[in-house]
Amino acid sequence: MIGEMLAVLLPILLIIGIIFMLLGSLGLLRFPDVYTRLHAGTKCTTFGSIFICVSIIIYGLYRWVADSDVNGSVIAFHTGIALVAILLTNPTGAHAIARAAHRSGVKPFGAVVDDLQGKDTAVEPKAAKKKTVGKKEAKK
Amino acid sequence: MIDLLVELSAEFWIVLVILLVGITIAMYRVIRGPTAPDRIVGLDVINTLVIVSMVIFGVIQDKFIYIDVAIVYAVLSFISTLYVAKYLEGGRF
Repeated sequence: MIGEMLAVLLPILLIIGIIFMLLGSLGLLRFPDVYTRLHAGTKCTTFGSIFICVSIIIYGLYRWVADSDVNGSVIAFHTGIALVAILLTNPTGAHAIARAAHRSGVKPFGAVVDDLQGKDTAVEPKAAKKKTVGKKEAKK
Repeated sequence: MIDLLVELSAEFWIVLVILLVGITIAMYRVIRGPTAPDRIVGLDVINTLVIVSMVIFGVIQDKFIYIDVAIVYAVLSFISTLYVAKYLEGGRF
């Protein structure tokens, strides 16, 4: 009974996950800009991996409970650990990439005004050095 | 009591093939990216897709060692992404 229900439920979860994975790759191909590509690539793949990993966790728990198979429990718990690793590392990596792209001078597509101009903390020491050098040159 | 692995084997294989198609699409962005952050974004997406495809391959083969490898791959790819982003900032560690 539960087996037949899961045989319908798990392909639905897999289809939702794989649609978001493919949309993430397609957005990476089609968007015009680093920041929009980051938006598509990271968020869509994180959401899709949640669904695929949840379907595999349910599959492993079913094998553990119904068949009393130890391999199923190992698959379920280790997939859960892998899902937690993805959920912790993926947004952090995206944040680091966006910050690096902004600090290395990549402008957004069609941008007119940069609101973070001069407010970014890593740029300030270099700007301060340039100011001091400018003052010394002015004194000379 | 039905065997879900036999029941869902075709679905798992189809998901694996579509993930490989997504990796190929992201590979295009890695090769043709106009700037360096574009290539890093492509590598990040490829890392996530490889992690999920390793998990699915472990389920298909019924060997959980692939899932352990996926956990380690997730952490190492995160560290490598952070280091390359730090390098692009032009900066002090």
